[in-house]
Amino acid sequence: MDLTAFADEIGVEGPVTITGLSTRGGPVADVRVIGAPAGIELVEPAEMIVSCGAGTMVAELDEALLPHGQCVAIPPTGTVGGALATGRSGIRRLGYGPVRDAVLQIRYVSAARDVVKAGGPTVKNVSGFDLCRLLVGSHGTLGFMGDVILRTRPRARFEQWFAGQVDPDMVMAQLYRPTSALWDGATTWVLLEGDPRDVAEQVRLLSLDVVEGPPVLPDGGRWSIVPGNFRTLRGRFVVEMGVGVVHHEDPAPARLVDPVIRQLHRRIKDAFDPQGRLNPGVDVLDR
Amino acid sequence: MTASVEQLVVDLRRALSSKRVRDGRTELSLYRHDASQLEGAAVAVCFPTTTAEVRACVEIAARHGVPFVPRGSGTGLAGGAVPPDGAIVISTTKMGEMLSVDVAGRRAWVQPGVLNLDLSRAVAVDGLHFAPDPSSQQTCSIGGNVANNSGGPHCLAEGVTNAHIIALEVVLPDGSVTILGGEDPEPDGYDLRGVFVGSEGMFGVTTAVCVRLTPNPPAVSTMLMDFETVEAGAATVSAVIAAGIVPAALEMMDRLCLQAVEAYIHAGLPIDAAAALLVEVVGLPHGVEVDAAAITEIAVTHGVRTVRTAADDVERALLWKGRKSAFGAIARIKPNYYLHDTVVPRAKLPEVLAKVYEITARHDLLVLNVFHAGDGNLHPLLVYDAREPGVMERVHAAGDEIVRASVEAGGVLSGEHGIGLEKRDLMPLMFSAVDLQAQGALRDAFDPSRLANPGKVLPSSAGCGDLHVGRAVAEGAWI
Repeated sequence: MDLTAFADEIGVEGPVTITGLSTRGGPVADVRVIGAPAGIELVEPAEMIVSCGAGTMVAELDEALLPHGQCVAIPPTGTVGGALATGRSGIRRLGYGPVRDAVLQIRYVSAARDVVKAGGPTVKNVSGFDLCRLLVGSHGTLGFMGDVILRTRPRARFEQWFAGQVDPDMVMAQLYRPTSALWDGATTWVLLEGDPRDVAEQVRLLSLDVVEGPPVLPDGGRWSIVPGNFRTLRGRFVVEMGVGVVHHEDPAPARLVDPVIRQLHRRIKDAFDPQGRLNPGVDVLDR
Repeated sequence: MTASVEQLVVDLRRALSSKRVRDGRTELSLYRHDASQLEGAAVAVCFPTTTAEVRACVEIAARHGVPFVPRGSGTGLAGGAVPPDGAIVISTTKMGEMLSVDVAGRRAWVQPGVLNLDLSRAVAVDGLHFAPDPSSQQTCSIGGNVANNSGGPHCLAEGVTNAHIIALEVVLPDGSVTILGGEDPEPDGYDLRGVFVGSEGMFGVTTAVCVRLTPNPPAVSTMLMDFETVEAGAATVSAVIAAGIVPAALEMMDRLCLQAVEAYIHAGLPIDAAAALLVEVVGLPHGVEVDAAAITEIAVTHGVRTVRTAADDVERALLWKGRKSAFGAIARIKPNYYLHDTVVPRAKLPEVLAKVYEITARHDLLVLNVFHAGDGNLHPLLVYDAREPGVMERVHAAGDEIVRASVEAGGVLSGEHGIGLEKRDLMPLMFSAVDLQAQGALRDAFDPSRLANPGKVLPSSAGCGDLHVGRAVAEGAWI
């Protein structure tokens, strides 16, 4: 994908902000607003990769991958760039892994208008430092993603949600690698994938009923807890078992940041965006 | 020994103990190299046992302005642990404690010197294992796996080391100690854990690792399939992946490799085949059965000659032994070998393999191919006799051409061994000047002083010592 026009838009001066579907809450005031290029460039099922502009909708990617029996392990809530910039996984993280593990290559435009390549196009690559992981979850503060190459995964031949008033620890101990397991303090939901016979045998020993899907997730705040500490949760919540993401009615409590970590962040931001022109006002340690 | 080196050793001994700071000539010579063929020269080797002692070593290095090199078991194949001249080696071999295991949470905190296989053995009783399984797993350490973002046959479905690291306790090059990542899934800020993994000792020293543990599968099917042509084997690999099946492992061995291994372990391998695939499917019983049948059907349409399914764990172990002992077996052909590590798109495997054969033939070298076909990760093993005059030049020339051919085919420089010194100067094949500048900026953010393992990964960086190809070939290497 030619990123020249995108790079020109970003330029070398003045504050700029990038927006996908504005799910972050809209652009920062008084800055130029830029959108990343959209469009699928390449679907290669035999390589299990897909490349696209960062402005492409995740749902569009999934639609293009559907005939090949594949999908991407990124929640389909907005653009690819937006999903990667926030780095937030969907409720299938237990089985599919975090968003960052789905990224193979990112080409981004730096604060100096350079088009920079991070990572590489193959499913396995340890050539050089892992800038892709630096960019995922960086909220556009280090560079604006132009196009990406993502790893795809096979769609399960069968999947089914179950729920019941079962102790979540017992569910986690008994099931072999569920795709998702949720608990709201009373009910446990699980998503199982694979051969239907295996799925049936897995749930046989547990009092779980077939259900349509997961529960409605409270959206007051997204908490991140040590997964084993789920029993300390109070209020209305749904916790992702084995993961530690909590969908809570209340905003996430503020957390202390180690000064060493804060200093590392400052040095990285200064190195990548010395003038602080990329997404001004966004502080990844204070959101 | 100069006065400043003498003072450095005195300071280190005061911080650790005289026994755990070594500077004898023989001992230093042991630490000149890793499992690559490159050499440097350290002035002291330290064996800290605690985070505080690692911190002391790093602070003393900073105070004296000398570089330091973290070192695990020294099994690295890219020269990542080769000391720049005048460096302190910080060995983690005496940091081998399992700190805690959380079975329900499927994670463990371990010291960096814990060996890869020892970790999996320690948690086997709980039905868990650590998924990355480099062929050096009996010897390589978790700290080394973190530094190199190591792989292994079973990383096809599970991903390489980065996907299995939850958090790291590290000593940064300025001596500060912190936790990168966290036991919760979404720590605030940048993924510093993710960038530290694979940083080859240039961002600091890992002093404790929180690893993700993987449940052992209830069912396993291991199949050995042999083909009359390398192309048929490679096409089978692509077709399996395209069918939406990601086996736990999908390995390939070519004829010369099969012959060498069979002569060594007598596993009944098909020595007249052009290539064989070792395929492993894991999971729940019905799913495994369906996938194994589907893979067999694909292999049949690509002209597979025989499919041998391991009847039990004993036979499975034997087939895997065949795969993992290739490096030992080649000693029967020639005394020395040089192992490469590149990745190409799976569809390009036949084309690049043909080039590998052509390049090695042109340089009058023997090559064995034994590799992670499922993710396109090539491992050409060039075998030779180092006593033959001029042979090293041919080995290096052929290796260089193989790496270039891989990158030209849309591949990358390294799939799991890392860049180190070996491929540092080839980085521009894959990355532009601005790409490399960005990587350098990240490095400088972690290590403004550039004392942490300088001279690796990034071409023509400052502080690079005199490094040269050693005369002696490393004693052990794994693939």
